[in-house]
Amino acid sequence: MTATPAAAAPFTTVIGLEVHVQLQTKTKLFCGCSTTFGAPPNTQVCPTCLGLPGSLPVMNRHAFDLAVRAALALNCQIAPVTKWDRKHYFYPDLPKGYQISQYDLPFSSGGWLEVTDPKGAFSRRVRITRVHLEEDAGKSMHDEVAGVADSRIDLNRTGTPLCEIVSEPDLRTPQEARAWLGELRLLLVYLGVSDCNMQEGSLRVDANVNLHIPRADGSPAKTPIVEIKNMNSFRSVERALAYEAARQWEEWQATGAELGSAPKQTRGWDDAAGLTRAQRHKEESSDYRYFPEPDLVPVTVSEEQVAATRGAMGPPPSMLRKELAERWAIPAYDADVLVNQGHDLVAWYEELARLTGDGKVASNWMQQDVLRTLNERGGSIADFPLAPAAVADIIARITHGDFDTSRGREIFAEALTSGKSVADVVAALGIAAVGDDDLEALCRELIAANPKIVADVQGGKEQAAAGLIGQAKKKNPNVNPARVRQKCIELIRRG
Amino acid sequence: MQPLDRTAIELVSAVRAGDLSAVDCTEAFMARIERVDGKVNAFLAVGRQQALDQAAAIDVRRRAGRPLGALAGLPVAVKDALCTTDFPTTCASKLLAGYRPPYDADVVTRLRRADAVIVGKTNMDEFAMGGSNENSAFGPVHNPWDLTRTPGGSSGGSAACVAADMTPVAIGSDTGGSIRQPAGLCGITGFKPTYGRISRRGLVAFASSLDQIGPLARSAADCALVMETIAGHDPGDSTSLVEPVPPYTQLLEEPLAGLRIGRVAEHYGPGLDPEVARGVDEAFAVFEAAGATVHEVELPHAKYGIPTYYLIAPCEASSNLARYDGARYGVRAEPGRGVRDQPGGSVRDYVGSFDSPLVEMYCRSRAEGFGPEVKRRIMLGTYALSAGYYDAFYAKALRVRRLIQQDYHRAFGSVDLIAGPVSPTAAFPLGEKTGDPLAMYLVDMYTVGTNLAGIGGISFPCGFTKGGLPIGFQLQGPALAEPLLLRAADRFQRLTDWHRRRPSLAS
Repeated sequence: MTATPAAAAPFTTVIGLEVHVQLQTKTKLFCGCSTTFGAPPNTQVCPTCLGLPGSLPVMNRHAFDLAVRAALALNCQIAPVTKWDRKHYFYPDLPKGYQISQYDLPFSSGGWLEVTDPKGAFSRRVRITRVHLEEDAGKSMHDEVAGVADSRIDLNRTGTPLCEIVSEPDLRTPQEARAWLGELRLLLVYLGVSDCNMQEGSLRVDANVNLHIPRADGSPAKTPIVEIKNMNSFRSVERALAYEAARQWEEWQATGAELGSAPKQTRGWDDAAGLTRAQRHKEESSDYRYFPEPDLVPVTVSEEQVAATRGAMGPPPSMLRKELAERWAIPAYDADVLVNQGHDLVAWYEELARLTGDGKVASNWMQQDVLRTLNERGGSIADFPLAPAAVADIIARITHGDFDTSRGREIFAEALTSGKSVADVVAALGIAAVGDDDLEALCRELIAANPKIVADVQGGKEQAAAGLIGQAKKKNPNVNPARVRQKCIELIRRG
Repeated sequence: MQPLDRTAIELVSAVRAGDLSAVDCTEAFMARIERVDGKVNAFLAVGRQQALDQAAAIDVRRRAGRPLGALAGLPVAVKDALCTTDFPTTCASKLLAGYRPPYDADVVTRLRRADAVIVGKTNMDEFAMGGSNENSAFGPVHNPWDLTRTPGGSSGGSAACVAADMTPVAIGSDTGGSIRQPAGLCGITGFKPTYGRISRRGLVAFASSLDQIGPLARSAADCALVMETIAGHDPGDSTSLVEPVPPYTQLLEEPLAGLRIGRVAEHYGPGLDPEVARGVDEAFAVFEAAGATVHEVELPHAKYGIPTYYLIAPCEASSNLARYDGARYGVRAEPGRGVRDQPGGSVRDYVGSFDSPLVEMYCRSRAEGFGPEVKRRIMLGTYALSAGYYDAFYAKALRVRRLIQQDYHRAFGSVDLIAGPVSPTAAFPLGEKTGDPLAMYLVDMYTVGTNLAGIGGISFPCGFTKGGLPIGFQLQGPALAEPLLLRAADRFQRLTDWHRRRPSLAS
């Protein structure tokens, strides 16, 4: 099966997302255990998160406040009173036999998050149905050695605060879905709500998708909704949705099956095979027997608390992009690239822009040099070996005419690897400003040695002077090419 | 001095004064346990050495002039639903046989801090589900007044233990009457405080919104003493009350003048044994003689108490007991083998097809680990919470619960306390109701309202049947009326001697 390009598709893909985000708290939602990722199995547990007999939950107010922050950033309404419910199912990594979650009174609902493609391909406001808070389950690891199934359980993750964000089916292409998830992740990371690390499972996505196919009378035929699970990256989400849209299109052509003709199907994404597979029907027909959690009291949220949380929040990425573009007179595209790299990089950029006094030049250095280096070396801006002041120093010397930009890049690279200051690198490379007299002497020497070029320049072909620059750099690597060119032309003109 | 005859208040003060060593006190009760518990079966575990070691340490500290806790040297028995690190905690279930918790219940911590000596864990109905103690996986408890009869339940072991002088006080839990009813049937005093007054942390949950821990003792005064130690806010229990704990024993001395007691006509309906009715009426007369006035009050929704309770409690139980799946602790059924080799071979009963080894482990661990009453309630609760039934059962029960709460609230507008029988009959013979779960549920008819309303109640003996069985009297009070409940019961006990009667334990 080949994926039909969305632009050419004779249908609309209707996508809603369900995102689970682990909150960035030190301790779990209902006990004091650490949430640090990667500890040896079953070392971050206590009677409460193990669900031992007689243990009781106590809500972590910080987790709740973080969740409120996320919901406010998603433009949600915050409920003045919210409660907890138990969601029941049996699984060995769910130690109590139920998950403490929120059912009919989530703490927030009715929001939206907009995503705009920087190149203008799309702009979409996606409504948020609800955001609720719940506890994470543990992890099951299934080994199958020589035909003997062996399952092991790690309950370190059990009880980690988890925000569930449910969108309305407002997305229309897999690309939009991917971009929207990117925007959501950026927002949550900016707000310090979550590290949104998909590899560590702190952000997980399920997608609901179906097709609306126009009939002759203009009304849409709707294909059955499929929920896709097991997508481990935003790229997987995009691929899985594209695959699923194409699969549903083929299936509809073959069967004509419409929404409501069968129960909602769950399909798992197989990234290696690049396809979705139907999961066992049994896993989706659960009756969770929700009922109010009697071990916890309802949570009240006052308007003052909401205002305080709102006041303590920094600007969301969408606002920061506008602010950055205005403050430093950079194109929207530049602001987008910078903001998408996260809070720390923006702060680094702004320091550089301040020291340089030229937001655009600083932005160019960020994109061409700093970001490229980060991409090559890995790591974050926090680990970057150079301070904004060092890069500002290089830019200042270029502006002053000490050397050109390509020489500046060499200095940048050398400072990165050697760890020396810019001044030391400049000295070590023997870079020194070439005096006017030395420059003139050099240019006269070149003119004397290159009559052909001189003739060309005199004939009006000033670009011929470029031939002199290479020779000048060989004789003295410190010369500024622009000044060589200017001086040579001046001397030739003067005769 | 002979410790067995003394009240808890007397024992504590004798130990503090040096008139009685904690070791002698503990030894006396230990010897009593060893002498009579073979007949009663009140204990699932007894820790003779650890209790004596603890008592010896208390004596050393006293002789050194170091400070002692409020219950120093007082032997206490703890219901096996409360987690203890030094005793197994089984809830009288085969499923938790041998389970040893890694932490102490908050109540146990408070008792230890007060230097009480925990002598052992008491028998109970499995997971506190029952009113006769016959649902214990480790055999029923026998009523010390008549060993062929039930001590009541579910805290039957705690009640029988105190009635038979095996400890001066015991800790129980009350979800629908499980402290007050066995106290009534055993002729002792049992106190169920306001919901949240005592932390539930470490109490193995049966029905979380109804469960409440409380003391069982020979007198209201002794209950007041223990309450001062075990009551109080616990940040580890979100439902525990933050209100400060009053000095209950001191407040017993406050005058009781002008007490208005409510009498509920609904309590005298069908099912109430005439002998019990007579005993209760005589108790009313005692209060009137002491200056109280009796007023008729209505609890119009009381008649829905039992069905409401038997929906809410099983719903919560079906959820609370979901964790017993054999995966992490407790007893696990291995594929192809039973929990334990039982005569009759339970394995054969479960031969069939399971979807997976995991499902087989779940099904068989639970099928073999839980007793029939626990299974019945899990099934009732699971059914009532299921999609399509929730509104008709659970949600409706919650609405009726609110009406019952409102009934009490209204009644307490005109009276200070409500009084009546604890249970419709005196202790019934073991085996009498085991084949009829509905008849068994009705033994809770006068007690479940207290739990549904979240208020406090106390039961104490108010007479004896012609056959020599204790008759219980119950007082219910508004939320946080613990001082008044204890004071009223104490006043009654200053005027009567029913609570001083002791069974002969002859059989």
